[in-house]
Amino acid sequence: MSVRRLKENFKQLLAYKSAVAGLCILGFIIGLSIYAVITIPYEEAVRAWRLGEDISINNPRNAAPSWINLFLQKNLPETIIIDTLKRESGARKAVVFPETGNVGALRIELPFEFNYDDFPSELNLFLTANYSEIMPYITIDWVKPNGETIRLKEMVVKSSDRYYISIDDELTKRLRTYLSEKVGFEVPYEIPPQMALFAVEDESVLKPETVQVLKGKYKMVIVGTLFERQSNVDCRLVVYGKVFGLAGTDHLRRDLMVALLWGAPIAVSFGVLASISISFLQMIIAAVSAWYGRWADMLLQKATEFNMILPFLPILMMIAILYRLSIWVLLVVVIVLSIFGSGVKTYRAMFLQVKELPYIEAAQAYGAGNVRIIFRYMIPKVLPTIIPSLVLSVSGFVFLEAALAILGLGDPVAPTWGKIINDAYTKGALYQGYFYWVLEPSFLLVLTSLGFALLGFALDKIFNPKLSEM
Amino acid sequence: MVKPLLEVKNLRTYFKTRKGIVKAVDNVSFSVKKGETIAVIGESGCGKSSLAKSIIRLLPRNICTYEGEILLENEDLMKLEEKEMNEVRWAKISMVSQAALNSLNPVIKVGQQVAEPLIIHEGVDKKTALERARKALSMVGIPETFAERYPFELSGGMKQRAIIAMALITDPDLIILDEPTSALDVLTQASIMNMLKIIKGKMTKTFMFITHDIAVSSELADKVAVMYAGQIVELTNAENFYKAPLHPYSIKLMASVPTLRTDKKLDFIPGTPPSLIDPPKGCRFAERCPWRFEKCEKEPPSFLVKGDSIVKCWLFESKGSR
Amino acid sequence: MSEQLLLSVRDLCKWFELRKGLFGKAGYVKAVDEVSFDLKKGDAVSLVGESGSGKTTLGKTILRLYKPTKGTIIFEGRDITDLKARQLLEYRRETGLVQQDPYGALPPFMSIKRVLEDPLAIHKVPKSERIDRIYKALEEVKLTPVEDFIGKYPHMLSGGQQQRLVIARAIILNPKLIVADEPVSMLDASVRIEILTLLKELQNKYGLSVIYITHDLSTTRYFSEWIYIMYAGKIVEKALTKTLLDNPLHPYSQVLLNIIPDPDAENRLKIKDVPPGEPPSLVNPPKGCRFHPRCVYIKNGICNEKEPREVEVEKDHFVRCWLYD
Repeated sequence: MSVRRLKENFKQLLAYKSAVAGLCILGFIIGLSIYAVITIPYEEAVRAWRLGEDISINNPRNAAPSWINLFLQKNLPETIIIDTLKRESGARKAVVFPETGNVGALRIELPFEFNYDDFPSELNLFLTANYSEIMPYITIDWVKPNGETIRLKEMVVKSSDRYYISIDDELTKRLRTYLSEKVGFEVPYEIPPQMALFAVEDESVLKPETVQVLKGKYKMVIVGTLFERQSNVDCRLVVYGKVFGLAGTDHLRRDLMVALLWGAPIAVSFGVLASISISFLQMIIAAVSAWYGRWADMLLQKATEFNMILPFLPILMMIAILYRLSIWVLLVVVIVLSIFGSGVKTYRAMFLQVKELPYIEAAQAYGAGNVRIIFRYMIPKVLPTIIPSLVLSVSGFVFLEAALAILGLGDPVAPTWGKIINDAYTKGALYQGYFYWVLEPSFLLVLTSLGFALLGFALDKIFNPKLSEM
Repeated sequence: MVKPLLEVKNLRTYFKTRKGIVKAVDNVSFSVKKGETIAVIGESGCGKSSLAKSIIRLLPRNICTYEGEILLENEDLMKLEEKEMNEVRWAKISMVSQAALNSLNPVIKVGQQVAEPLIIHEGVDKKTALERARKALSMVGIPETFAERYPFELSGGMKQRAIIAMALITDPDLIILDEPTSALDVLTQASIMNMLKIIKGKMTKTFMFITHDIAVSSELADKVAVMYAGQIVELTNAENFYKAPLHPYSIKLMASVPTLRTDKKLDFIPGTPPSLIDPPKGCRFAERCPWRFEKCEKEPPSFLVKGDSIVKCWLFESKGSR
Repeated sequence: MSEQLLLSVRDLCKWFELRKGLFGKAGYVKAVDEVSFDLKKGDAVSLVGESGSGKTTLGKTILRLYKPTKGTIIFEGRDITDLKARQLLEYRRETGLVQQDPYGALPPFMSIKRVLEDPLAIHKVPKSERIDRIYKALEEVKLTPVEDFIGKYPHMLSGGQQQRLVIARAIILNPKLIVADEPVSMLDASVRIEILTLLKELQNKYGLSVIYITHDLSTTRYFSEWIYIMYAGKIVEKALTKTLLDNPLHPYSQVLLNIIPDPDAENRLKIKDVPPGEPPSLVNPPKGCRFHPRCVYIKNGICNEKEPREVEVEKDHFVRCWLYD
């Protein structure tokens, strides 16, 4: 097809609003894909997705997307990080050694403002220490805006240490007692530290539904002793929020944006590659079958019929269960299972008609060989009519990959939309109210399919004009 | 003066297409007497098929102009509602369309199909209708037993005869034949023309015979209308036309028809007919006419020449009256 | 004499198998049955017959688009009946085909330049030569100015122009033989003469031999030296054009000449003498002469028993009919 023909067809296409809508959607999805590929190279994305924990330790677990605050009356907290290694976060550290001796004093203050309407999801303190033999010793205090100071813990600091404040049982009991005494009534439930340390200390504390956040300036004060001249302690306080980024996080603290972004190029390329390969291979098989006739035709048709009887999805699932396939091997398997499919029958019918056209006979008369006739005269004639179905079938393959991933049979490491849904499903997202976890990838899946469907139907009207209105 | 059976006055049929308005029939007028056959001759795209369809009103959806008068026995068909026109169709006018060989339904027996117009239009019961169908088949030269056969069992010539039988069975006054023999062999063509001649004589039928084949048209025509670019450029009787056509287009057309029995100098017309979408102003044939002169820039009216020939050409301004 | 002979066909048969299911044959359609003739260089032959007479099959068999069932075809002294592969490709270079449907004969997705370049590419004409030959071919068929046409697509041309392009394609390899299968029957009357005249000019200019297949006898007088009349797979009469038109010998030829109309107002007053019946089945042709069921001169015992041989009744005039044997 010439460039001019393409331009003509494209102009025709733009006349249909549905095509314009489809193209816009696809443009968006492709834009996402390009953005994903540029900002996060594939290997890094896979690594980020697989190792999860290490990279995203600063992310909250199962956090909702930030824009959810627009819809809620409450202002959900974002993650606050105060790091002594990053002065701009507000951390203040002072180390004092006397002129002689090896014992020094350490004071770290980690202040922050907390004005949200809801409590943090978690509180962790990450510590690193330098020493050669004797570990530093610290005490950790918590200062609330109302001036109350609560001793959290006393501990030695190993070279790499973590204090999981929110799951400190001993602290939990102490805080419960403290609050009960403060209020005058027994606190009837186990109030976790991330709530207790932020709660307004009055009767509202007695019921989990009514607990209020005490807004204002908070401070964590760490006072410690260093036993060697070269010792040092650094720490990072992470007050985990309940919202994160544009897409939220999953159970492994992974930023869902990574997988949502990367899902786009994977889904589109899987769908498009599958669709194009299968259509082309089917077309070639059909052309060879129709042109050579007799035995070739019979063999290829019987092979096709046999393959069509076999149940595609169960076989695919079986292979996926037996061999943990990477997504590209999966693509090849899908192609191999599909090429002797119903498309061969349809295209063969078209080729049988094309075979009888006068210009084919004319080409034979001036010496064209069989291969040339198939590839240069028959296929180009049929090609425009298969383009619509080619585009339409992309959606099917996108969903196929997602379906396999949802069933847990897809690529175990690739960040795809289906995989997100699979994680969400196995972690009971809907029971726990993490709707965004399921809705975001589903929305993108549906949007992509819609884009291809709209485009495909519009193309159908152009290439098969009998279907269009007068 | 005998009143004509069919009188067409200033008929205009225009279609709306994506590329523009196609003026398929552009101000056409003619008349046909009862028992007469008029041949409408022209090349592809001149509007003759559209003319036929306009008279019987079997028009496509994208029609945008349909005006003029079509008087059949003094009744203006243009003024009829669709329902009334439906009753005129096949009762008074019937048509055999182009490529009619494919008009037969392959899954219905031939006799039944030929009987259908009777059942639909005259409300005749099935048994009588089939009986009349068999008679109609034998009239066109098909043995009555063939009524029980399916169309695929018939040869091309027989199928065409069956369709002509279908067009005759309701005894209409006017039968339009659109290229009835163009897909057939010479022998079959000759025998069908024979049949039409007999029917024309015995039953005094009026035929409108549309064709691009001038030689075949002479087998039936009493009167000839030559169409070019949606207009009738010459309208005359058969003797005058086949011996000495008047309009430059007719002359050149006649010169391009090879004859078997006479040796003549063959000629062809260079160029192509104009598009019906934006026809040229002035005489539409001027571009290809070897006798054109300045006046041809204006569209010529039709001149009455020698009492019974009508020619649409400025060359005849002095020789005739408007 | 043999240097002048381009084509020599002897007892050529083309039978098509009728398949019954997957195995087994139900018989043969004897489309072309024992046809023999010679064609001189530079001569044009009109092969006249109705549909089913085998004329198209004969033309295509001569071009080796079908493989002959029996008989021989000798082209320029070489036996091309069983040629394969490379030699067949060479033969294709020396022949050209012009088909009936001008639009169908052109691939709609190829530009005019590509349409003409295609045969050159197949026969490995060096790229440097190609554009010249394309231009020359377009000029020969008067599709000028060439630059206007070269980038166009077939659907942009009129029927006559399309057919001229088909002719250009057929001659671009400088063939010696052209088979034109009803080249003008789908064109308007006023264009037909233009195309036939073009073919005649090319024939004269290049010494082309043309086998011109048609059902329209009227055109033969102007465009061919010889007429062969075919009926039911056999050539029943061969003669110089003028001879046959003045003096048809075979009853079938006489019928054709009688019933083909010229534009004449007298025609409508006469009922023509048409032989009854239909052309015979080619699977089970009638015994003896295939025309006998419809012939008025039938001699019982001979015509319906034995097939007539070809007899040279006068110089350059051959008939297959018991009336002359």
